[in-house]
Amino acid sequence: MVTTTTAPAPARPSTPGTGRTKKGRLPRSKLPYLLLLPAIALELLVHVVPMVVGVWMSVLELTQFQIRDWSAAPFVGLDNYKATLDVNGPVGKELLHSFWVTVMYTTLSVGLSWLFGLFAGVYLQRPFPGRSLLRTLFLTPYALPVYAAVITWTFIFQRDTGLLNELLTTTGLADDRPFWLIGGNSFWALLVVSVWRSWPFAFLCVMAGLQNVPSEMYEAAAIDGAGFWRRLKDVTLPMLRPVNQVLILVLFLWTFNDFNTPFVLFGGSAPEQADLISIHIYRSSFITWNFGQGSAMSVALLLFLLIVTAGYLLVTNRRREHA
Amino acid sequence: MSRRLLAMTAAALVLAASITACGDDSEGGSGGAKTLTYWASNQGSSLDFDKQTLQPELDKFEQQTGIKVNVEVVPWSDLLNRLLAAATSGKGPDVVNIGNTWSASLQATGAFIPFDDATIGAVGGKDRFVPAALAAAGAPGQPPTAVPLYSLAYALYYNKKMFADAGISAPPTTWEELVTTGKKLTKGDQWGLAVEGANISENSHHAFAFGQQWGGEWFDASGKPTFDTPQNVAAVKRYIDLMAVDKIVNPSNAEYAQNQSVSDFANGKAAMLLWQAAGNAFKTQGMAADAYGVAPVPFPATTPAGGKKVNSMVAGINIAVFKHTKDKDAALQFVKFMTSDAEQVQLNKVYGSLPSVTTVSGDAAFQAEEQKVLASVLATSAAPLPQVAEESKFETLVGTAMKELFADAASGKAVTEDAVKEKLGNAQQQMGS
Repeated sequence: MVTTTTAPAPARPSTPGTGRTKKGRLPRSKLPYLLLLPAIALELLVHVVPMVVGVWMSVLELTQFQIRDWSAAPFVGLDNYKATLDVNGPVGKELLHSFWVTVMYTTLSVGLSWLFGLFAGVYLQRPFPGRSLLRTLFLTPYALPVYAAVITWTFIFQRDTGLLNELLTTTGLADDRPFWLIGGNSFWALLVVSVWRSWPFAFLCVMAGLQNVPSEMYEAAAIDGAGFWRRLKDVTLPMLRPVNQVLILVLFLWTFNDFNTPFVLFGGSAPEQADLISIHIYRSSFITWNFGQGSAMSVALLLFLLIVTAGYLLVTNRRREHA
Repeated sequence: MSRRLLAMTAAALVLAASITACGDDSEGGSGGAKTLTYWASNQGSSLDFDKQTLQPELDKFEQQTGIKVNVEVVPWSDLLNRLLAAATSGKGPDVVNIGNTWSASLQATGAFIPFDDATIGAVGGKDRFVPAALAAAGAPGQPPTAVPLYSLAYALYYNKKMFADAGISAPPTTWEELVTTGKKLTKGDQWGLAVEGANISENSHHAFAFGQQWGGEWFDASGKPTFDTPQNVAAVKRYIDLMAVDKIVNPSNAEYAQNQSVSDFANGKAAMLLWQAAGNAFKTQGMAADAYGVAPVPFPATTPAGGKKVNSMVAGINIAVFKHTKDKDAALQFVKFMTSDAEQVQLNKVYGSLPSVTTVSGDAAFQAEEQKVLASVLATSAAPLPQVAEESKFETLVGTAMKELFADAASGKAVTEDAVKEKLGNAQQQMGS
């Protein structure tokens, strides 16, 4: 990411050996690489080194006995991975469960966020009085600090004093006060908070993407007698494809790795029905002090996300080429 | 043009390097005056309150010794992670507070100076400290990894007015009595007992005390986990049954993890509470000291086979010195200061805890009903949590299993012996990895 944003424009083609290579002056062709150096150094420092360290940790038996001197940690090869990925063992079974919960959660959250974002974006495309007010309002959840926003949701979801149950019981929708932060409902509570937090981002991206759709296309479609759904299907969505491609990928990665929402909502140990993988890994390494195993889980997760991302980009790019 | 860019890049790099170098330097803080960094745990109502409580004492220490102490009060939710980070990097504070249940786990990292005979001699000697508290400062047979600073124990807190209104004259001394009393006091919006069902460490503390009473051990002599023994299953089931079977606990408590049970008790929503040194917390919630009574935590009416007379863990805060400190002598001087008679009286009085040294237990500051009960529990019927390196795992796994059992109980699912055994068995399996 860093390299692409800070990379200078490619150097103008210059015939090698010529040009003004006076004393003390670098050849033109080397300058771009030199300018890239700080970015590469930072990229290495911020992304690559921690990742490599993570991989290294994952092949060690790293517990509290060795954290002061990692070189003393016994090399265990793939043992951590074996324990992690053995779905019949207790560790693997829990991880697999947590993985499926996360897949469900991500699919629903990304799908709903995208749908909300799309429809809000489309409806706010044409100017009307109060449009900018609505736009601002819709973006509020995205602008709030995560902790403050999610802790408010925990208050809303509390069984005895929460706003939600107050609403449900006074309107007669529920006789008994259900639990939202423990048991089966906790999954849905988590999903609601997640969608609430991420749909404004989808809205923002769709809104930006729609600026590029020429209004003539809608006019032409309207003249041809296309209704709302037809215009959405044949004009809006195709024009939004490049935006959607990135948007869905980013939402997927963010949601799959989301740590803050469950951590604040459930306070460090999520109920099993909402045991997202990020929290699960945190519990497996930090709280139980088994850093090697936590790293093995993280590396496995990283590989999974890489494969999904690569597959996704491959499929969507191919489709675009065919289109 | 390119030369200017180069020069600018170089300048930026030099600047960046010098900034990081500065960061390194300030860690040491050496030079003329000695400086120590101290991470204190959060003992009072807020981080600010603690800072204001500690600062005058640290000033006193600086006057006496010329050593300046920079204190940072670290919230409990961060403390362990920060300690681990400091242990890993070999950088950070000189002196720290640690929860005493972490003692053996942290001891295993080897990051702290062991208090062998010579070292403990430098802070006043072994005999100065309350024996039960010192026993919770590291694995048996090894020099302690810390010395006790504040001591705490569990007690049964009860609402005097509710007891009087229901015609109950004395607090329960057995679990059977507690259930009968609780049933009498459970009516309308009021419940007999409040528990912190989703708080993992609270759960595990109760698992330990109940386990002791039912003759269970969580680790065998060789340090292997023994979670799902019949004794431990019976003990955990007894605790969960207070909600599941006896129905004297509001099912809502299954989601409590932010000390809501303390608020419920202080606000008259529950008549009883099992907690460690809760007096200060009640005070912040506006409950007067004469509104509640304090009694030892009950025992079973008939002692189960192998059951021990234990009704609390030895709870408390220890103070430890990192091996990476640049000035061990100054750090030990500070530990000696914090465990001195004057400071023990002053700080424990403010925090509502008990002194960890034997010399000041008779002080007027510790003669209130609450402190007397806690002191007698600590002296006669408290035991340290298992001092094994895997202790923190035990807290996490067993505490989580109990949280799930409470969730089941709250949603009306039957919590059978088999269900408890299965959860504890699962937790034990995860220890092995």
